[in-house]
Amino acid sequence: MITFEHVGKTYGDWTAIEDLSLHIPKGEFCVLIGPSGSGKTTTLKMINRLIEHDRGRILFEGAEIRSFAPEQLRRRMGYAIQSIGLFPHWTVEENIGAVPRLLGWPKSRIRDRVTELLGLLALEPERFRDRYPRHLSGGQQQRVGVARALAADPAVLLMDEPFGALDPVTRDTLQAEMLRIHKASGTTIVLVTHDIDEAIRLGSRIVILDHGRIVQSGSPREILAKPASDFVADFVGREDIGIKLLSIERVGDRMRPGEMAEGEPIAADASLRHALSIFVARGIDRLPVVDQSGTVAGAIRLTDLTGAAP
Amino acid sequence: MLKNRVLLVLIVVGLAAAASLSFVTHAPNRLLSGQGVSWAVVLGAGRWLALLPALPLVVGPFLPQRRAAHLLIAVSASALAAALLWLAGDVAIRLADPSTPSARTAFGGAFWLIEAVVALAAADAVQRGISNPAARIGFGAALILPMLALIGGGAIDQLSIMKEYANRREVFATAVATHLAIVGAMLLPTLGIGLPLGVLVDRRARLRRPVFAILNIIQTVPSIALFGLLIAPLAGLVALAPFLRQLGISGIGVTPAIIALTLYSLLPIVRSTAAGLEQVPSAVVDAATGMGMTPAQVFRRVEIPLALPVVVAGLRVTIVQAVGLTAVAALIGAGGLGAIIFQGLNGSAIDLVLLGVVPLVAIAITADVALKLAVTMLRMRSG
Amino acid sequence: MKRWLADPLIWTGLALVLLVIFMPALKPLFAVLFPDQDRPLFEQDSFINLTLAHIGLVAASSAISIVVGVTLALFVTRPAGREFRPLVETVVATGQTFPPVAVLAVAVPLIGFGAMPALIALALYGLLPVTEATVAAIEQVPAGAREAARGIGMSPAGRLRQIELPLAAPVILAGIRTSVIINIGTAAIASTVGAKTLGLPIIIGLSGFNTAYVVQGAIVVGLLAVVTDLAFDRLGGLLDRWKRDDVAASA
Repeated sequence: MITFEHVGKTYGDWTAIEDLSLHIPKGEFCVLIGPSGSGKTTTLKMINRLIEHDRGRILFEGAEIRSFAPEQLRRRMGYAIQSIGLFPHWTVEENIGAVPRLLGWPKSRIRDRVTELLGLLALEPERFRDRYPRHLSGGQQQRVGVARALAADPAVLLMDEPFGALDPVTRDTLQAEMLRIHKASGTTIVLVTHDIDEAIRLGSRIVILDHGRIVQSGSPREILAKPASDFVADFVGREDIGIKLLSIERVGDRMRPGEMAEGEPIAADASLRHALSIFVARGIDRLPVVDQSGTVAGAIRLTDLTGAAP
Repeated sequence: MLKNRVLLVLIVVGLAAAASLSFVTHAPNRLLSGQGVSWAVVLGAGRWLALLPALPLVVGPFLPQRRAAHLLIAVSASALAAALLWLAGDVAIRLADPSTPSARTAFGGAFWLIEAVVALAAADAVQRGISNPAARIGFGAALILPMLALIGGGAIDQLSIMKEYANRREVFATAVATHLAIVGAMLLPTLGIGLPLGVLVDRRARLRRPVFAILNIIQTVPSIALFGLLIAPLAGLVALAPFLRQLGISGIGVTPAIIALTLYSLLPIVRSTAAGLEQVPSAVVDAATGMGMTPAQVFRRVEIPLALPVVVAGLRVTIVQAVGLTAVAALIGAGGLGAIIFQGLNGSAIDLVLLGVVPLVAIAITADVALKLAVTMLRMRSG
Repeated sequence: MKRWLADPLIWTGLALVLLVIFMPALKPLFAVLFPDQDRPLFEQDSFINLTLAHIGLVAASSAISIVVGVTLALFVTRPAGREFRPLVETVVATGQTFPPVAVLAVAVPLIGFGAMPALIALALYGLLPVTEATVAAIEQVPAGAREAARGIGMSPAGRLRQIELPLAAPVILAGIRTSVIINIGTAAIASTVGAKTLGLPIIIGLSGFNTAYVVQGAIVVGLLAVVTDLAFDRLGGLLDRWKRDDVAASA
């Protein structure tokens, strides 16, 4: 879907991007992460030509992005940012319908699409459609921001720290919704964050940048299990690596089917980290596990959390 | 190659003015319009050497954008401005002929335009070269000194505006003094009413709308109308209470001028006082109260110092506005520089108009710059 | 009906129109108020003519100010003109310290007496607040909205028309309001340089010690300014409907 080939970007005597090569296949949820000044936002903005690269090639669906008119390119890519950037003088409906309008969709189709997206992002269409952004909470505004980015069924969704300014509870809900939307739509997503927990939770692939170079790229498990350098180990939180590894695995994967245990059960799709927390908090070493329907499917032991899956 | 398009545009405008308008004009007497004096006469006999400071300006657009280059351009502009003034004065001296004492040599359109362009080039260079606002103002003010020295040294005494000045030295001095006195006198009631009203509006939110609505309506009424409307009531008042006349109060003259100026000045002062108090962070007030300060102490030690830059910024608007309005007050007999301007307009004597306008503008700009400097220094002090 | 009556724009507007049309009918009143005057009513020209001339002068000069001022401000807020912004800001800030009467007085010797110098002086002076306000207005468009507009693929012209100008409109309008109000006042003074405006009765009254003339001119021009100001206030309310709480907050 998107390929960087030896891409570089220099401002005066400061090199923002050194020599970046990266392939993002269709359907991937790619998270760019790094400390400030690492070039993660620059990398993202080069994809929709908000920043022009000055060395190498960037391909979108096989063609160099410079072969598209910038506006045409951007209309095929959704774009959501931390400051949200809703147009304050437009209603929610007008905001979400912005790109479809630019693309000349008929009115009825835009309206249907807005209704669909409001539903997808858990905003009651009839209640929110005609509101102005200033009447929405921060979380509601970012839902509208995401809906606007998704409006024209973009081939790629670009997100620049979209949840950075939200409170933890709202952020958590929106992250869950992004995962659901990604699963349901299969849209390729490129997201920039500085929050390693967000990266581990959302990314099917994490790309860690530092000083305009990729220092490691891989699945969350690969990054956590085999940090490529001291920098990466520090960045992902050296002391917490074990805990973070637990957070990307489900109880269901380590469960002993059929085994019985006492006490309040844990859900099979809860994370191992959640299970560890319960073991420690209750001072026990085994827990019953229930499946989605709520029936007991087995049990998990404290010792199951270490080592490979049984 | 081209590094500074702004300077290039200014140079082009300056050259166009030099080519199309006359630098100085010469007329047989003050009422006839003058004939342009050619550049050949102005710059003849090696006087063109005075234009050498123009060189750095001409190459300026192509110089690397460094501090030294900007400062060089600013200083050259200052020298060029003084050189042009000297050239104009020099032509006037050469054309002066004791046998025709009523002949006049006056600045032409090209002189004014080129000086304006040179001033803008200097301002732009200072802005690019110096980042500290106070240093900018100080350096910019220093750039005017060569011109002031020339004027003080009599280099332009043969030009018509200075001849008008020589003819009415005392009238001019009185006019300037009256003008400043009216502006100064206006400040007393303005601050006496405006500051408390601003505090009140900040403390009582309910008063906000009606007070600003009234002050806004006053500010809306044209100055000449407000001056005029005060005549009849004041005259009536004096007729009813003749002792007021002994106090110097009357329907025309300084009294209605000061009343009208005060009415106009209330809006900017009240607005800036209220805004100044409003922008004091409530956390700071909370902290001060929490330390055990009484409300009076909080007001004196915390709120006033923090609000002061905004209040002084409002005072700047007020004073600059009052300097201009005082000129209009000449129409109701208040005197000041406006009297000279309107006398010049009535007599179609441009030099007399300029004798009023130039110091008027100079006073306004000086007040503006001085109070801007005060605001900057207050802001720096309070971090 | 009741709200209609309480609207200050309506009744001040009505008062202005009635006063201008029926000023001659008030002659007996002025005769009582100013018993010393032989001619208690300004009759050299009708107040209808003076008012129309005044409005015409202000409208023409303001139109020039608005077109040039907004264009100039838009130029210096585009990437191509950014370099000129400090220069324009210097000119605008310094220009506004020039008293309007000084600009007017200097225009006369350069252009001559009459309506033309007044028109040019008013247009030049009125340019400054419009330019200043438009630059400020474009500047305060939220950076997020700007970036989003670019990011979703709006063209530069589309961003200007659909995002920047609508969001800047209330502040631009405030600048135009300042400009027009100043121009109404300066136009009155312009009768000292031979322009036919509502300042004429005031100037003639002042020089001939006829306070009745002064009062008549002053009341009409004062009302004209207040009505214009109220009208701008109303117009401003229409432009930022999206800022109000009572719009589309039905849910």
